[in-house]
Amino acid sequence: MTLNLALAQINTTLGNPQANLEKHLTLTKQAVQDGVDILVFPELSLTGYVLQDLVPTVSCRAETNDPVFKHLLSASRNVDMVVGFVDEDTRHRFYIGSAYLSQGNVIHVHHKLYLPTYGLFDEGRFFAPGNSVRAFDTRFGRFGMLICEDFWHASPPYLLWQDGADMLLLSSAAPGRGLNGEPKLETSTWVELINQAYASLFTIFIAHTNRSGFEDGLNFMGGSTIFDPNGKLLAQAPYFEEALIKTEIDMNQLHRTRARLPFLRDERPELVLKELGRILDH
Amino acid sequence: MEINLSIDPDLVRKILTEFIRSEISRVGFSRAVINLSGGIDSAVSFALSVEAMGPENVLAIRCPYRTSSPDSLEHAKILIDQFGCPSVTIPITKMTDALIAQEPGMSDIRKGNVMARTRMIVAYDQSESFKGLVIGTGNKTEILLGYTTLFGDSACAINPIGDLYKTQIRQLAWALRIPDVIIAKPPSADLWTGQTDEGELGFTYADVDKLLYLLVDQRYRPEECMEAGFGEKFVRSVIERIRRNQFKRVLPPIAKLSSRTVGYDFLYLRDWGT
Repeated sequence: MTLNLALAQINTTLGNPQANLEKHLTLTKQAVQDGVDILVFPELSLTGYVLQDLVPTVSCRAETNDPVFKHLLSASRNVDMVVGFVDEDTRHRFYIGSAYLSQGNVIHVHHKLYLPTYGLFDEGRFFAPGNSVRAFDTRFGRFGMLICEDFWHASPPYLLWQDGADMLLLSSAAPGRGLNGEPKLETSTWVELINQAYASLFTIFIAHTNRSGFEDGLNFMGGSTIFDPNGKLLAQAPYFEEALIKTEIDMNQLHRTRARLPFLRDERPELVLKELGRILDH
Repeated sequence: MEINLSIDPDLVRKILTEFIRSEISRVGFSRAVINLSGGIDSAVSFALSVEAMGPENVLAIRCPYRTSSPDSLEHAKILIDQFGCPSVTIPITKMTDALIAQEPGMSDIRKGNVMARTRMIVAYDQSESFKGLVIGTGNKTEILLGYTTLFGDSACAINPIGDLYKTQIRQLAWALRIPDVIIAKPPSADLWTGQTDEGELGFTYADVDKLLYLLVDQRYRPEECMEAGFGEKFVRSVIERIRRNQFKRVLPPIAKLSSRTVGYDFLYLRDWGT
């Protein structure tokens, strides 16, 4: 089976969901015309990233009666999509969320598990951390979603792999930084390295959508990537600019790679569980 | 202990021109104004602004004082001609001397501060008439050392070069085709005759940039820098300079009284809503 995967490496308007929604709908229309099956937007694509005190004013619910999501759900009748938003739960806790929408339905919502609160990041001050990591079934296969800092920890990708995900849809709003004389920022080098490693170690597809643009002095570095189960780079968006990149994914590559490299077959999660149990008991 | 102050000029240029374009256009402007001192920092900020906004949209301002080096004015002119920008020359002698005359015996430091702040007034006035944002020209070295006049040369709407050490500014200047005469001359605030940055600071940019890179960027302890060969007095004086000048790097603290106070728990980026 093949599917057309597109990454929408967009810039966003900080704290203006309506303006961002319009951009989502415009790109969705274009994706439909281009025969895209799944369109992946970056982290907090409906709101912008450094929200601080804007968080409670831009939150929404991934539901049909939500003023923002009703339009996205309607658009998802023609193309599956991943969107980033501030999710406010019924007890009024705010999460950084990613929603997978398909055929008018919310298939899955992931809440960011790891909220970086160090260096230039201050997410833990404004958001609640998610508490579960689950793969989910789509009409194209079983996938998983993670958001930025989630995949700087090895366990969430590992858990999704073990939960049956054959493709991880990663999103981020990663501020670029780190000069060393090379023509690429250190952050770009690192994120490409780890995504390639996940694809190779887990023999799965890794699609990562980063955003572009600026918020005050922070540059969002773009450079979104798709790696196949061999760790081969299938597509990459330019750095620092808005882009919509499309790639045809041959899901049968999973068959060919795993016939050669049976890492999934040989993985021993029960050993991990046993040893983690021992480690945590101490 | 690796000290790597090298930059890829094309990468930096790409980010900084996008930054200038983004931060000017998102607030509804399309133009920039900049004080050209004739030195390397303002030359680099200027060249980046021209690349970002187009030469017709960048106003170069020259503000000579009667004791300014003629080279300063001439070097700024070379840049204006090279980049083909509109320019104004507004001497600050009358404005500055009017204040100085009221305070006989004013020190060089005070006079220098008055000049820097007079140039700020000119830049912000031109900002209104040209409808352009004031582009900053302060580099990371001088910001960390506090080698700047508060509300003077540090005043700006956006600063594209404030995260580049002087050593790195030089690398970018070559790529931006800043004339050799500007890159090669000793850096100077040119506030009084014969003043040079390195003479006044008491150390070279080459040395202090390495030390700042280790202390600030790489978080080495002072003792580790001394073990690596930096003199104790030098290390201690630089650390003290950084600490003492923190006030120049932050907005004035507001005394908190209410349950929501600007700066503490009223938190929004400047780019809010754009």
